[in-house]
Amino acid sequence: MTSSDLLAPVVDDDGAPFWEYTAQHELRVQACANPECGELRFPPRPCCPHCRSFDSEWRRMSGKGRIWSYVFPHPPLLPAYAEMAPYNAIVVELADAPRIRLVGNLVTEAGAPWNSVDPSRLKIGARVQVVFARIGEFTMPQWVLER
Amino acid sequence: MAAGALKDATAIVGIGQTPFAKQLPESEKALACRAILAALDDAGISPAEVDGFASYTMEETDEVEIAKAIGAGDVTFFSKVGYGGGGSCATLAHLASAVATGQASVGVAWRSRKRGSGRRPWTNTQVQLPTPGQWTRPYGLLRPADEIGMLTRRHMHEYGTTRDHLFNVALACRNRANQNPAAQMYERPMTRESYMTARMISDPLCLFDNCLETDGALAAVIVSAERARDCRQKPVYLHSVAQGLPAQHHGMVNYWNDDPLSGPAWTAARQLWKQADFGPEDIDVAQIYDAFTPLIPLSLEGYGFCGRGEGGAFTEGGALEIGGRLPINTSGGGLSEAYVHGFNLITEGVKQLRGTSTAQVPDAATCLVTAGEGVPTSAVLLRS
Repeated sequence: MTSSDLLAPVVDDDGAPFWEYTAQHELRVQACANPECGELRFPPRPCCPHCRSFDSEWRRMSGKGRIWSYVFPHPPLLPAYAEMAPYNAIVVELADAPRIRLVGNLVTEAGAPWNSVDPSRLKIGARVQVVFARIGEFTMPQWVLER
Repeated sequence: MAAGALKDATAIVGIGQTPFAKQLPESEKALACRAILAALDDAGISPAEVDGFASYTMEETDEVEIAKAIGAGDVTFFSKVGYGGGGSCATLAHLASAVATGQASVGVAWRSRKRGSGRRPWTNTQVQLPTPGQWTRPYGLLRPADEIGMLTRRHMHEYGTTRDHLFNVALACRNRANQNPAAQMYERPMTRESYMTARMISDPLCLFDNCLETDGALAAVIVSAERARDCRQKPVYLHSVAQGLPAQHHGMVNYWNDDPLSGPAWTAARQLWKQADFGPEDIDVAQIYDAFTPLIPLSLEGYGFCGRGEGGAFTEGGALEIGGRLPINTSGGGLSEAYVHGFNLITEGVKQLRGTSTAQVPDAATCLVTAGEGVPTSAVLLRS
């Protein structure tokens, strides 16, 4: 597998700051900047669905979370993904904001393959911590089991 | 118009279909024309009288091409509905609204698709991905099966849904297909062992949790209830119609709201039952969108056939078979007859209420037909 064959995020205007922060190894989530509201929202969007303010900020998360669900994709898959299959894809709910959930991969350490963790170790509710790995042009958040 | 004005105001009077196969030689356009002309012939209505069309945004044959090929007259209503298989029943809803309000008098809904011999949509990485794609696809959540697999695992965790429950769904569809000579799986019985040992596609979903890949086309003709009484076939009335896009919904990657396991079915159901003279307990037979087996338990919950989280358990004891609590997908559905974005569920609902299904539910008088759960969806209640 070469990392350049994996799909890169197709970034839109609303999502661009997320990737600028991951490049600095920071996990940040969009939040309403209206002081009377302040609600987090994901995926990012132009205005706040709670108070309709267009003012937003990017709030830093601790990077701790729990596995909400997971799958093990098997072929047929795009070639770069088929080479790793079966790998894991997980949804993590953030400890700071349980309704904010991020899709990712559970790995043994930053940059390790997506099939590096024994499948039997994936459990809903397992505590995980974000790490960051450069894949192609992007710095992607990944997840490791909390020790 | 008053609320409920569409109730029984229109009827399906014609249905048509092509053969279903992994590969058919004709073009999608030719297949569409064949299905539509068959449906009009079934209704006994001249193609020159067609003045309304409705299909899916993913349909690649358009009204201009179809109208000129079949020799339609002046067309005064045309509409396309988005979100893939979520739009199936909405095509009927749009035509019912158009006919009931006088925007058209003879409406045709259709779907023609060479998904069997054509490309799998998710392999096309050149198209600009919808916005959620940047948050999911790079991580290898590539296909609808992966996205729905994620919700399935969570449903299993929260409610104790099992692979045996999903097998019950797959088996009921396969058993009905084994009664239907038009079904792709007509001569292919399924056993629990063949299901449990099938290869995984996106664990927890195996091969038999996924719908078929099909070339084929189908169509339906809608007219006013008044006109329907003079048509060739027994009318099947559109009793209630609904679309559903819930608050803070995200499609098949519905991971970002307070309650990811209650999807568009819940929203469509509230609107559907609100306008109906009967409820879930009065439904004789249901055609429930089955791109993936777990959509059945989710839809059973959403449309109110059981409580929240009980969709898996509902499938036990042969509940989905003929003679069970709720026979479903009596042609074999998308899992075992043909996968044409759910349009075969519509035509099968009509056949049940005409009394001509290959797996007829005795005296069926009410049928729920649903579109895809997990995407902005739609549903109709049919009655004879």
